[in-house]
Amino acid sequence: MKTLQPWRDPTAVRQLAHTLGTVTRGSWRIMEVCGGQTHAFVRFGIDRLLPEGVELLHGPGCPVCVTPAGVLDQAIALAVEHDVLLCTFGDMLRVPGSHTDLLQARARGAHLQVVYSPLDAVALARKHPDQQVVFFGVGFETTAPTVALAIEAARASGLDNFSVLASHVLVPPALRAVSSRVDAFLAAGHVCTIEGMAPYHALSRELGLPIVVTGFEPVDLLRGLLECVRLLEEGRVDAFNAYPRAVRPEGNPTARAAVARAFDTTDQPWRGMGTLPDSGLRLRDPAFDAAHRFGLAPREGRDDPDCLAGEVLQGLRKPTECPAFGSRCTPDHPLGATMVSSEGACAAYWRHRRHSGAPA
Amino acid sequence: MICPLPHELGDVVTLAHGAGGRAMRGLIQHIGSILGPAATTHDGAVLPTDGPIALTTDSFVVDPIEFPGGNIGHLAVWGTVNDLVATGARVQALTLSLIIEEGLPLAILDRVLHTIAATGVPIVTGDTKVVERGRGHGLFVNTAGIGREELALSPAQINVGDAILVSGDLGRHGAAIMAHRMGFQTALESDCGSCLPLLDVLAPFAPTCLRDPTRGGLAAVLGELAGPHDIVIEQLPVHPSVSAVCEVLGLDPIHLPCEGRMVVFVPEARALAAEAALRELDPAACRVGTVVPGAGRVWLRDAYGGDRLVDVPLGAPLPRIC
Repeated sequence: MKTLQPWRDPTAVRQLAHTLGTVTRGSWRIMEVCGGQTHAFVRFGIDRLLPEGVELLHGPGCPVCVTPAGVLDQAIALAVEHDVLLCTFGDMLRVPGSHTDLLQARARGAHLQVVYSPLDAVALARKHPDQQVVFFGVGFETTAPTVALAIEAARASGLDNFSVLASHVLVPPALRAVSSRVDAFLAAGHVCTIEGMAPYHALSRELGLPIVVTGFEPVDLLRGLLECVRLLEEGRVDAFNAYPRAVRPEGNPTARAAVARAFDTTDQPWRGMGTLPDSGLRLRDPAFDAAHRFGLAPREGRDDPDCLAGEVLQGLRKPTECPAFGSRCTPDHPLGATMVSSEGACAAYWRHRRHSGAPA
Repeated sequence: MICPLPHELGDVVTLAHGAGGRAMRGLIQHIGSILGPAATTHDGAVLPTDGPIALTTDSFVVDPIEFPGGNIGHLAVWGTVNDLVATGARVQALTLSLIIEEGLPLAILDRVLHTIAATGVPIVTGDTKVVERGRGHGLFVNTAGIGREELALSPAQINVGDAILVSGDLGRHGAAIMAHRMGFQTALESDCGSCLPLLDVLAPFAPTCLRDPTRGGLAAVLGELAGPHDIVIEQLPVHPSVSAVCEVLGLDPIHLPCEGRMVVFVPEARALAAEAALRELDPAACRVGTVVPGAGRVWLRDAYGGDRLVDVPLGAPLPRIC
């Protein structure tokens, strides 16, 4: 793809890695917040180009991974017991709930449709007026606006057969929860296209840590790291936008307004991390809340006791430091969501790092 | 030539067309009028044999039936013909089974049949079933094919040091289907087509193994064929439009199916000449990698000097959340 080539240019990558090496003097633990960043680091091998003084910690920014097992159980129950057409992103299908996953539920007769956008689910509701359609909405500030707009589209069409099972979460509370063990954050560019820089300036001051917003290509990541290390070496606390081709300082106010119309904030359980205050989004209108419409009680959910995904998500352990990694836990038989989500750190290590030796 | 639809068949396939009566006879005669009488006049075919015979079968359930660059008829013929090519054999004859869902417009069926007829591959016997609405997906097709072995090929012959070539760029079929399903505006077309010319082109270079990278793409084929060795992929020929579709949908071209390409293993000493010969057929053909000592792993050498493992997913690649 032509437009991506400059951001994957090997010469630029080598130059940036070299500059990073000359700039780094101290020893820094830098957390990339988003699972998309983690995968890009590992997939392109950028983490292997870093100087000794820079340690990457993998962060909690994988929406699929932090969706509680109990919410997955609710989604599975909706599809199996309530005869709804459950629409969701492909990522969710193989994530283990307490007992099973959505793909297994589909094989046993649940009505499940993979969509690329919540608006696809609204279109299905329009097309099948006698069928209750539920969109299983997970994700951070990036996906919440699309769900908000889907609800507005459904309301405008007068649909009474569309609702949302929402499990949306917010980035800043999660960064607060893990901030004590990092020296700086690489924040996710796509979140900031919505949120803008203001919340990250405030968060940087509040936590006393540099925060650099990056994109997801090799050059983007290295530029972000370079800015981050410069801030650290100079002892400056600031938020810096290293992804200006996508992130405007003001973000996307239209999208934020849509989210504010559809949601208010609430305390939210994060899978493996416990309940974080004001970290979730709750639907304002009960008419579009699937949990309300179908009378779903909150479910406790059960995580496999051998799964250390919560520690991986908080940067406390590398995936390969989990005793179950690659033995009891593989993508074919995952104990936790981090092993199957395309943004999960365990999946990234399994995919690209499970053999130590390079080819002869 | 497009045969006009016989009026008495109606516009759509009905259950009567599969029920053994006059309507069924009418449909089968109609099929025979397009594919030639051999396909429909008898319950089986008697063919002369001479030396080792290769036999293969494949079923086709593509959705949609018609897609940019082809239809299920192309896949049904070339998929089986190419499977024979991968065993080193030249197709002699195909069987054709149609499982038609009630309600399929006859115009679609006709386009598929004309596509099959136009390939020129002999259909020597076949079968037609009609299933109730909801029990099929428009049209399922199965073909079986036999052919005479011309090249002795086998995964067991793959050696350390073999060069790995592909006969054209990768992922077009998968990307074209996905783009079409998503309603993208793109000029991408499926690569579905014949690999038959490769038998003659490759014969002088003593290939050790051929395989068509259909479901699961190049990654699945190499993962399966690595066997006791490792494979290092050095480059992938991918059209910019295929890359673009993959970027938008969160897919990797290495996992996307092709329907008119062949992965070719040849001894290193003949790699350059074989690559040049393949380029005569398709300028995008190129060497993609090498078989090295190892233990069944596939590596992709990236532009930054590292190697990463190529994963074979458990099932279909699933679209990402963001």
